[in-house]
Amino acid sequence: MSSHPLRLSRFNIVSLTLGFAFLYLPIVILVIYSFNASRLVTVWGGWSTRWYTEFFNDRAMLDAAWMSFRVGIASATLATVLGTLAAVALTRGGGFRGRAAMSGMLYAPLVMPEVIAGLSLLLLFVAIDAGRGFWTVTIAHTTLTMCFVTVVVQSRLAALDRSLEEAAMDLGRDPFRAFVSVTLPLIWPAIAAGWMLAFTLSLDDLVIASFTTGPGSATLPIRIYSEVRLGVKPEINAICTLIVGFITVLIVLASLATKLSSSRGASAAPL
Amino acid sequence: MNAKRLFTAPARRMAIPPYVWMVLFFLLPFAFVVKVSLSQTTLAQPPYLPVFGFADGFAGLKDAFATLSLDNFRSLLADQLYVSSYLRSITVALTSTLLLLVIGYPIAYAMARLPSRWQVIAMMLVIVPFWTSFLIRIYAWINILQHDGLLNQILMALHIVSAPVVWLSTDSAMYLGIVYSYLPFMILPLYATLAKADPSLLEAAADLGVSRFDAFWMVTVPLSWRGIFAGALLCFIPITGEFVIPDLLAGSDSMMIGQTLWLEFFTNKDWPLASALAVVLLAVLLVPLLVYDQVQRRQLERR
Repeated sequence: MSSHPLRLSRFNIVSLTLGFAFLYLPIVILVIYSFNASRLVTVWGGWSTRWYTEFFNDRAMLDAAWMSFRVGIASATLATVLGTLAAVALTRGGGFRGRAAMSGMLYAPLVMPEVIAGLSLLLLFVAIDAGRGFWTVTIAHTTLTMCFVTVVVQSRLAALDRSLEEAAMDLGRDPFRAFVSVTLPLIWPAIAAGWMLAFTLSLDDLVIASFTTGPGSATLPIRIYSEVRLGVKPEINAICTLIVGFITVLIVLASLATKLSSSRGASAAPL
Repeated sequence: MNAKRLFTAPARRMAIPPYVWMVLFFLLPFAFVVKVSLSQTTLAQPPYLPVFGFADGFAGLKDAFATLSLDNFRSLLADQLYVSSYLRSITVALTSTLLLLVIGYPIAYAMARLPSRWQVIAMMLVIVPFWTSFLIRIYAWINILQHDGLLNQILMALHIVSAPVVWLSTDSAMYLGIVYSYLPFMILPLYATLAKADPSLLEAAADLGVSRFDAFWMVTVPLSWRGIFAGALLCFIPITGEFVIPDLLAGSDSMMIGQTLWLEFFTNKDWPLASALAVVLLAVLLVPLLVYDQVQRRQLERR
């Protein structure tokens, strides 16, 4: 059986290696160059952390980072609450009226071009005369990211054994308390992962934030973008590396949370 | 059955807050886009007419409707710039989606063949770039592709080229950036269907003496149609409206619709025209969605 269909062929191995190299090499190169002492971005001048110091002395960049951070926390939290509610309603609500419309509204932003989403929200904010800044960006990011939270939580809920909740209700818990005491603890890692995804997406967004923010409240991507348009600066390498590092820590936390959830799920099974 | 009713009722009530939110901040804004697309441009704040408040009541609404016009849509058709932007967007999106399929399929295919332990790790590795900033990943390529960037340095050190090659501000750089950014969106749905495909079908094909290559075309590809469609859709629609990648990597001689919209909105401050551009773009993007819907429905019927 040398031609077993599921054996990894040399072609498979080559495509995996090239694929992952393609995905990761540019970021690795960026991180290495962020420690370059030379002012010329591409000439290697030895290891140095001067561009990190430069970033921490750049008032405008720090303000933008702080703005992004606050928007990220606020919108991720709102999106997690709303997205979790939507996920529960979609998986546990049965066929309620308006269900199709709801899932349509929740899936559309996943593919919607950002320029359209940004433009439409801005026109709404202008029409209701809302002062643009922190809250308008937060609302915009919540709308976009709650869809991702819904997808993450929904897949966890769908995989969950429903009989656990039913058992709790058979034992006299009302549905709400059964949900809070049984289901919620089982899905919290997915909720946490959803929060982190929402947070990173908010931290990442340039287009929608550009439309919905006002003068004087630029987010970090807006600032980075305007710098990049003027040419590559070594300081940007340092900022980008910091963001990549920060997000990597979040991903590790998220995957640990998911691992915890699967082991918890196993121990909770005989409940 | 009574227990089941109790079970679903509170869950349904949970739908209310997200529902209201999405209607307010997703659906309603489109009404404003349509409204502004039918307005006239003025030098004012906001830069369009007519502005009507809901405070004016029905009379104000009627007045406003009387002054709405299709002028913006007419100018979209009249100016070659807009038509060519749409055409370029669709061309770029189609080409990129095809490139993504050709590059993503072998990767997803190989992932589905890994031992299951490794499959989890490989999937994590595909998802991680999705979490890492879009802008940073494009910026990483600017670092490599610029005039005195790493790529030119390597090529010159290897004596493949004698002078730096212009990589930035070309269509190739833009395609590279798009493929790089959207690759996870293509791999994940492909991998999901390929991993679910029953390996015994391939074994059966092998037992029947079908070559590996033929088995791939006759068994694997038909089994993964769903993933191919989903991946293509997930890439095609956002790429059509893409702004950041062509703006940073492509040349400035021809623009995609997202860039034109951005320019009309921020530089020319022509909000009604930008809105009209958005309305037409939405209409264009509905086509692949409807096709996908039809295909899915037909697949369900066949079962």
